[in-house]
Amino acid sequence: MTHAPFIQFFDSVDAPLHDLLGGKCASLVALTQAGMPVPPGFAITTAAYDAFIDAAGIRADIHQLLDGLDADDIAEVDRVSAQLRFEIESRPVPAELHALFVDAYHALQARFREPVPVAVRSSATAEDLPDASFAGQQDTYLWLTGIDDVAAHIHRCWASLYTSRAITYRLKNNIPNEGLSMAVAVQKMVNARAAGVAITMDPTTGDRSKIVIEAAYGLGELVVSGLVTPDNITVDKIMLMVVKRVLGDKHAELVPDPSTKALAELEVSAERRAQLSISETEITAIATIAKKAEKHFKCPQDIEWALDRDLPDGENLLLLQSRPETVFSSKAQTPVTPAGGFGIESITRSLMVQAGKA
Amino acid sequence: MTEKSFPSPYDQAPAAGAEGWKNLYAYNLVFQDNRREVEEGKFWFCDSQHWPTVVKPFETIGLEFSVSCLGQYNTRHLLIPPANGIEFRLHNGYLFMSPVGVPEAEVAPRVPEFMARAGHYFQNWDTLLEQWQGKIRGTIDELGALSFDALPDKVDINDVTSGKGTGPNNELLAQYDQLIALTYRAWQYHFEFLNLGYVAYLDFFSYCKEVFPGIPDQAVAKMVQGVDMELFRPDDELKKLAKLAVELDLTGLFGQTHNPEATLDAIANAPHGAEWIAAWTEAKDPWFNFTVGNGFYAHDKYWMDHLELPLGYISDYIGRLQTGQTIDRPVAELVAERDRISEEYCELLSPEQLAAFEGKLGLARQVYPYVENHNFYIEHWTMGVFWRKARQLSEMLQAQGFWPEADGMFFLRRDEVREALFDYVTGWAVGAPAIGPDYWPDEVARRRVIVDALQSERPQPALNTPPAVITEPFTLMLWGITSDQIKNWLGDSDAPEGEFRGMAASSGVAEGPARVISSSDQLSEVREGDILVAPVTAPSWGPIFGKIRATVTDIGGMMSHAAIVCREYGMPAVTGTGTASSQIVTGQWLRVDGNNGTVTVVEGHVHDVTLANDAAIQLEQAIDGTVLEGSHA
Repeated sequence: MTHAPFIQFFDSVDAPLHDLLGGKCASLVALTQAGMPVPPGFAITTAAYDAFIDAAGIRADIHQLLDGLDADDIAEVDRVSAQLRFEIESRPVPAELHALFVDAYHALQARFREPVPVAVRSSATAEDLPDASFAGQQDTYLWLTGIDDVAAHIHRCWASLYTSRAITYRLKNNIPNEGLSMAVAVQKMVNARAAGVAITMDPTTGDRSKIVIEAAYGLGELVVSGLVTPDNITVDKIMLMVVKRVLGDKHAELVPDPSTKALAELEVSAERRAQLSISETEITAIATIAKKAEKHFKCPQDIEWALDRDLPDGENLLLLQSRPETVFSSKAQTPVTPAGGFGIESITRSLMVQAGKA
Repeated sequence: MTEKSFPSPYDQAPAAGAEGWKNLYAYNLVFQDNRREVEEGKFWFCDSQHWPTVVKPFETIGLEFSVSCLGQYNTRHLLIPPANGIEFRLHNGYLFMSPVGVPEAEVAPRVPEFMARAGHYFQNWDTLLEQWQGKIRGTIDELGALSFDALPDKVDINDVTSGKGTGPNNELLAQYDQLIALTYRAWQYHFEFLNLGYVAYLDFFSYCKEVFPGIPDQAVAKMVQGVDMELFRPDDELKKLAKLAVELDLTGLFGQTHNPEATLDAIANAPHGAEWIAAWTEAKDPWFNFTVGNGFYAHDKYWMDHLELPLGYISDYIGRLQTGQTIDRPVAELVAERDRISEEYCELLSPEQLAAFEGKLGLARQVYPYVENHNFYIEHWTMGVFWRKARQLSEMLQAQGFWPEADGMFFLRRDEVREALFDYVTGWAVGAPAIGPDYWPDEVARRRVIVDALQSERPQPALNTPPAVITEPFTLMLWGITSDQIKNWLGDSDAPEGEFRGMAASSGVAEGPARVISSSDQLSEVREGDILVAPVTAPSWGPIFGKIRATVTDIGGMMSHAAIVCREYGMPAVTGTGTASSQIVTGQWLRVDGNNGTVTVVEGHVHDVTLANDAAIQLEQAIDGTVLEGSHA
């Protein structure tokens, strides 16, 4: 039996197997394969994690330490967590495995004109299960540059499978440690010039022939959290034409600060506030992806998108997330059915309505 | 500061040299001084879509017949509940219109009448339309049989011996009366179906706006539009003839199309030439009954009477075929796009809504082709014959000394023409010279000066105070006159300098050099890759639509010819910009956004129109990396 691959690029043709990729990476691969422009990157599969654990010879130790642990004994959980993370972080990554990371990292960087920072995110097999909202239990590291830094954080990501939070969560939800594994996503960090959300319907009316885009400068966090008033643009889904624009104030933007390797919130100049944060071409591109996502997932979608500064025009629109629209879709819809019928009765009625006589 | 109102016609002096212009027209066609209070209480908009230039006295027949027949069908035949006809007046030589509402109390009683009358037409559309074809062709045949020859020195002996009892003077007057009566008849036929076509469209349109609030007008138009209409047939015939010339190896014979006789002779004498001539002759009648104008002016040039026009277009198409270009309209793509749009909207509807939507769409599609096709039968074919006969009459009277130029008669009102004819037949009868040759030459010259003076000034877009909201269905649909449009005209638009806003009439974005065309005589100036900028376009400009990249017009809505033709050719159009053609200069680089209805003059980017065009455009593209979308140019 040939062993499973250790690396899978998001745009590879291989199926997005959940056991091999974990929840996050599987979804990134699925979106990429559906033709969605997600930030490029690759997954370090669960097979790589397993190979590392086996090479380190600590699989039995891990089970032993976790066995019989009481979730309510916080001090004990913390002690076990610290020991497990030390066990993992102190063991070297086998040279052949490390060489694969190096190659994949350089292959990713080769897609850009100059080196780009990356994010290293955990993608556990136990996340995104039907009844386990496991996201955020393990670590994510942003704005990493250089292979050494990246490799170190892949290692730390693995170790984060055993944070106190994660251990406690699994214990309380009866998720067995048997078969527990972890994939890691290494992904181009989005350097957003503008970002926002798009819903493939008009959430105010339920009209499914529209796509409503909200957009502001910088990363999308300020839009998603409601801290800025974004531009609000309504696009006809079928014609992909803008039918309404409402200029938002978007007084602040969240942008990376290379010196601190952190995000900084800056004030937006009056001149930039007075114009739409995205161009006509970008509006069409965002609407096109949103429409595509809806078609792919066969229900109205709520997407997060960003326009990346580092990628060339035409390739710079990235899809960060696409999930079913739930707010309006879950409501029992009682659409007002306008005067139906056709022929002379309805023509007469339309004429009267048009002239304000009915 | 922006104005809230347009000037009153009573405060608007005519251009210098045009004093006394009112007397050129019948009393009922101008604003009378003692009616000031009444006329100032109405809002008038200029119909420069159909009458872009000053109307000469004889040419008022076009506006009188068309606008009164439009009204006749609303008011008297169909009893459209909320809409009567449109009042019209000439002001400083230009036509202004004011729709007439129906008094509140009469609206409801009209409803059952309208349903019975219009309902009958919708139920029997196909048979009534077939009957219509027979009626209009019969009328055209009758018009074609008229002739206006000079009266003979003596009555034919046979007319004397047979005891006929009348002379050719009698026939001449009768023929003139027939010319007028037959044309009036044709204009009634014009509106027999047209208003119905519009109300069915309007019904579908309103439903779309209700179920998909904010749906672009263009989406509705695209779902309804036919792609293979008779109005496109003349242009399609030219393309067929161009292909046939290539096939038969006759392309070398189109070098001097300005001389149709020589060209056609050379073709006839060439090997396989007879085959081409046979195809040409078959296409000519009726499809070359097509004007480069719009049918409302005496100077309108019809292909039939100016064979150098179709030959020139054919030669142009041959040239494009030889460089490997596709000259056909992308019909399959248009059909696919139309189907895609309809299907995608349908998918979003509940079963109940879907049934109504499909029913309305089906009816609109059934009746819509007439909305375009009638144009070929009336404006092109009927009016082509009418103007040919009218010119014949004018030339006959010119030969009798009534006026020095062939077009003299068009400076007379049509009732004055009948007076002149009476004068002519009286002189003939009594054996003394008619008075006309001593009266009309000076009078025609005087009137010509006035018309020229009027011509030197552009009309106001509208007169008096506009209503708060425009609701009249025909004004909205036919003329594209919306509340926003009026705001634009009043200088109330928030468009920045160098940007024009109009109706997003056909989607896509294109850039290129402006080519401002104010009359059909300038059509030959249009070069490959130009952006056509005109007050209004005519359907017969078809052949140039294969060359250009986008169209911008001053007036017209979603259903204007520019909009329809551009959608057919898959290129962007912005219509109803109000003033683009008078403010844009040939050679300025334009960006036309047919998705958003904007036209932008790209600063500091003047296109050298003297450069060989293709080379110039390649150069521009090399400089700019201009990307063209949505254009098949």
